[in-house]
Amino acid sequence: MTGADLLLIALGAVAVGSGVLVVTTKHLVRAGLYLVVCLGALAGDYLVLGAELVAWVQVLIYVGAVVVLLLFAVMLTRAPIGASDDLDRPGWPAALIGGGAGLGLTVLLVDAYRWSTVALAEAGTAERLGEQIFRSWVLPFEVLSVLLLSALVGAVVLSRPDIGRPAPAADRTAAPGGVDVETGGRR
Amino acid sequence: MRPVIPYVTAALLFGLGVYGVLRRRNAVLVLMAVELMLNAVNLILVTADTTVRSVLPHSGQVFALFVIVLAAAEIGVGLAIVLQLYRLRASVAVDEVPLTEPAESPRPAVAASAGPDREAGR
Repeated sequence: MTGADLLLIALGAVAVGSGVLVVTTKHLVRAGLYLVVCLGALAGDYLVLGAELVAWVQVLIYVGAVVVLLLFAVMLTRAPIGASDDLDRPGWPAALIGGGAGLGLTVLLVDAYRWSTVALAEAGTAERLGEQIFRSWVLPFEVLSVLLLSALVGAVVLSRPDIGRPAPAADRTAAPGGVDVETGGRR
Repeated sequence: MRPVIPYVTAALLFGLGVYGVLRRRNAVLVLMAVELMLNAVNLILVTADTTVRSVLPHSGQVFALFVIVLAAAEIGVGLAIVLQLYRLRASVAVDEVPLTEPAESPRPAVAASAGPDREAGR
């Protein structure tokens, strides 16, 4: 047991514990905040494992952007402050399938790796990872940029009420900030 | 470094994510559980980068970066869908979403208000 092992155990316990709270808590906003703890502990895991750039990107994108977006969604859907009782379905199947997946994967991985040790590789700094991305993985990188653009356009189209959504167009055009009737029909 | 520790962490997180997706009714909480699963996969990739000697160095970490970008795109589109659902039905409970098209009843106003197709953007 080295110091890295102890750190991994502690951070893993924090991540799994806050993950349990994310899926079991009765407070919507607290679920988002526990998710911050979980993702931050995982960023610490990445640092211990030598993935510097991935850890910082995790902090920037996940903790910084994704969780903030999720909290915005919690507030935009008028989530109640305080505990709410209707967040869960009765879930024996969920516990069965989730527990089966988790424990099955655990048994598989423990059986594969036992208590072996591995020397840590050289740290994945921004310089080394950038060299790999722009030398060996340029095509996936470009495809990802196209995918991000299309996701952006898709999100805009989905969230504009006056594009492409035929259902209740009458009250839609009368909504505040809506468009006038002549131009605001369906596409 | 013993790789079994982060591997077991990732396996447990993935199980928790599956449980959350199946158990939760609120669509935003379902998205949070999906984030847990994506992070479990990321942890597997980063750990495998140290245990598996690949031809290209640091492939696992590059994959983890790609997965993070994919997750950002996914959460953007997913939240747009959730907000649209809330706007239409004033509820984000995933088990109340109708899976079939509604009947033709509530749309007589559409034909009247839908003018000729002008620009799509405005």
